[in-house]
Amino acid sequence: MYAFDWSSILTSLPFLWQGMVITLEITVVAIVVGILLGTVIAVVRLSKNSVLSAIAAAYVTLFRSIPLVMVLLWFQLALVPPVVRWLFPKTNLDLNLIIAFAAFAFFEASYYAEIIRAGIQSISKGQVMAAQALGMTDGAVMRLVILPQAFRRMIPLLLTQAIILLQDSSLVYVIGLADFFGVAKNRAGSTGSQVEFILFAGAVYLVLCLTMSTIVRQLQKRITI
Amino acid sequence: MWFDFRSDALLAVLDFSVFLSPSPEAGTNYLTYLLGGALWTVILSVLNWVIAFVIGSVIGVFRTLPSPTLSKVGACYVEIFRNIPLLVQLFIWFNVVPEWLPGFGPWFKHLPSFWQQFTSATLCLGLFTGARIAEQVRSGLRSLGRDQYGAGLALGLNIRQVYNLVLLPVAYRIIIPTLTSEFLNLIKNSAVASTIGFVELARRSESMAELKSTVFEALLAGTLLYGVINLIVLFFSRALERSTKLPGLLGAQK
Repeated sequence: MYAFDWSSILTSLPFLWQGMVITLEITVVAIVVGILLGTVIAVVRLSKNSVLSAIAAAYVTLFRSIPLVMVLLWFQLALVPPVVRWLFPKTNLDLNLIIAFAAFAFFEASYYAEIIRAGIQSISKGQVMAAQALGMTDGAVMRLVILPQAFRRMIPLLLTQAIILLQDSSLVYVIGLADFFGVAKNRAGSTGSQVEFILFAGAVYLVLCLTMSTIVRQLQKRITI
Repeated sequence: MWFDFRSDALLAVLDFSVFLSPSPEAGTNYLTYLLGGALWTVILSVLNWVIAFVIGSVIGVFRTLPSPTLSKVGACYVEIFRNIPLLVQLFIWFNVVPEWLPGFGPWFKHLPSFWQQFTSATLCLGLFTGARIAEQVRSGLRSLGRDQYGAGLALGLNIRQVYNLVLLPVAYRIIIPTLTSEFLNLIKNSAVASTIGFVELARRSESMAELKSTVFEALLAGTLLYGVINLIVLFFSRALERSTKLPGLLGAQK
């Protein structure tokens, strides 16, 4: 039977915490940018302009049909480095972190766009007509009538997506960024306690995600209209 | 490694002749190298689908059974496999389980590394996707309500017969569209196997990008191949959906 030795985890806790900060940063940036960009994409997709709407649809289909690993490779190998070098020629920014932010934000935007589109479409036509009858412009109808209600209905779905995102953020391993799991894997290599570190990382994610999904479930009960 | 690439990478003209140059795998050029990767992606996905379908059906049924123990077992399974990142699960199967599972460990360590990667990826993706299919099967069974279950029992069938003969055949047909998207997810998730070195499509397009420094060509080809696989799956699932349509439901009227 395997003899567990958890001692090296204790000494690695400060490093693991630094990794967790990176994980949370990626998650939060991707949620905020993803929802903002996703809202724009969803609104454009539902707009009357058929060219713009087709572009938005293509964006969503493209990102949803390729693996996140491929998206990360695209951003790492092809898309981000030239743009960063062009914008900030003499930067000492952590390029891998920017790659992770950009890849997750653009990738998640396509998933958020679909959630938000469904939310917008769940608002009844009567409300739009009533708002138009009051003399509101299309933009005002969207901003003041549709989106506030749509977002309220979408909150559970948006949060569930955030839990998935937190888990997916571990894939920055592909681009060599030391997020929570990356740190755990590095420490596993340097301390030789591979088994303990991987299990510990799994347990932390499990507790984190279970807590979040319990909160989502409670919230869902409270805000159901 | 990013700074190795030409600064005019964005402006570089695509050079498709690179696909005909010999790849690291003996006797192949880069085109067949990538196609081989795509084939492993498909093999891995199909095999995992079979495993996931069996596990998902069993666990999904467990969660709807009257027995509180079995439905708790089902719920635990789903919560555990859905709340740990796929990447972490993969490393658990690759690095952790062979260390302490008696019997499995020695056998696993004697495999060539390719088959170690393949075994880990199969166990990981199969069990992970199983949890997701269990949720689909459960919601399919839930959507049938209690009437058919009661009617089956009233006819003298036992619970096993009610599930096998009455509930499951209908539930599967209802959830075919969601199962399709789950299969597409599985294909995408299989790219995670590249992190333990399994030579599937994502891994091979990455190697090609780095070995030949033809980033755009390699990533474009990988992305297109994923697109083609997706389209083929969608084509077959539409056909399946048409031939298994349930008469009397909204979907059947089209």
